[in-house]
Amino acid sequence: MKPAPFEYVVARDAADAVASLARFGDEAKVLAGGQSLLPMLALRLARPAALVDINRCRDLEGLDDSNGALTVGALARQRDLERWARSRSPFFQDVLASVAHVPIRNRGTAVGNLVHADPASELPALLLCLDGSVTTRGAQGERVVRAEQLYLAPLTTSLAPAELATRACFILPPEGAGWGFAEVARRHGDFALVGCIAVLALDGTGSVSHARLGFFGVGATPVRSAAGEAVLRGREPTEARRTEVAKAAAAALSPTGDLHASAEYRRKVAAVLAERVLAAALGRCQRPR
Amino acid sequence: MKHAVTITVNGATHALEVDVRSTLAEFLREELDLTGTHVGCEHGVCGACTVLLNGEPVRACLLLAVQADGHEVRTIEGVAPSPEELHPLQEAFRAKHGLQCGYCTPGIIMSACAFLEEVPAPSEQAIREMLSGHLCRCTGYHFIVEAIAEAARTLAARGKA
Repeated sequence: MKPAPFEYVVARDAADAVASLARFGDEAKVLAGGQSLLPMLALRLARPAALVDINRCRDLEGLDDSNGALTVGALARQRDLERWARSRSPFFQDVLASVAHVPIRNRGTAVGNLVHADPASELPALLLCLDGSVTTRGAQGERVVRAEQLYLAPLTTSLAPAELATRACFILPPEGAGWGFAEVARRHGDFALVGCIAVLALDGTGSVSHARLGFFGVGATPVRSAAGEAVLRGREPTEARRTEVAKAAAAALSPTGDLHASAEYRRKVAAVLAERVLAAALGRCQRPR
Repeated sequence: MKHAVTITVNGATHALEVDVRSTLAEFLREELDLTGTHVGCEHGVCGACTVLLNGEPVRACLLLAVQADGHEVRTIEGVAPSPEELHPLQEAFRAKHGLQCGYCTPGIIMSACAFLEEVPAPSEQAIREMLSGHLCRCTGYHFIVEAIAEAARTLAARGKA
């Protein structure tokens, strides 16, 4: 047994989980998929006094795709999203295939991944690029935290310790929009050294009506290039313009170097990936008639 | 802290008290003596401890035993149809030299069992992608890929027969 001793609490439903979390103040952790939490417990990077297991909370299950949004409950596994994506979204399918491996995705939850807030993780960047949000429940009731307000630092979100993330909502790209996703990782399924996501939609004249460009693995949190998106919006996404945006967006990043990749290398790769995902997104765009 | 659980492993139901800190891998190996489930990195990277939980491959080191309460687990010990007969995957690993030291093999077989049910006629690329979740330090993977492809053919032929 590798984790430090903890009290194990099985929550019956979301309200029960919130009550249990409140009882332990900031000393408890929520156990959902556990695919990031268990390694942290085993390495004793985390030593919570209690684990509140939400796996039996039926009211936290579910996945709903309606009105242009995908809403996933706290217990929706990454594989559940993958199965949904197979018939509904090659975009999500592409992104999810890069999240670890099948046995991890069978247990790991999408919401858990989002609030674990690993800066090199794909889903937080996707949430950011799809104007998403996380809904939480705490002693003060329910609130919605937009992706832009969620990520503060590596493994740190704006959620309070006793707040339970109950679901996440992704706003699906507009009709006819194209997408691009690319990452460089040391092995398939590893956390990305650098990753990039783009979503583009065109109006009838061929100008950009909707643009999102996001990066992960290149800073303390996933980031969107608001400046790059503004340059694209309302203009024709020519190759020259895409290159300009990709270079400027990468130059504005502040990655840190580590054993596997220097900051300079990350910035360079970010520019290359941005060009590629913008081209891929444009190639998948359908012009409205 | 102990917690009462009822877990079905390879068809046999076990009702006992486990320490809440025990992983499913520890439970299988130490409580049930099912040491075919190997433990490598103990943080989800190597894939050696992969077992099936309700038919889906999961890391037994990333699941607390208490979380398996009420669920069904299948391990490498439950793969062969009888003590005298191997599963087509096991047979193919032997025939194609898909293993050397054998440490990673049980995890790969369990993943492959679920994989071939989902993808009965996989491409080499698909097999390699599935294997990306498993580390093998002996074989260089080529013979493992061949073994899984061979097992897929055997299973398909049996399905038709």
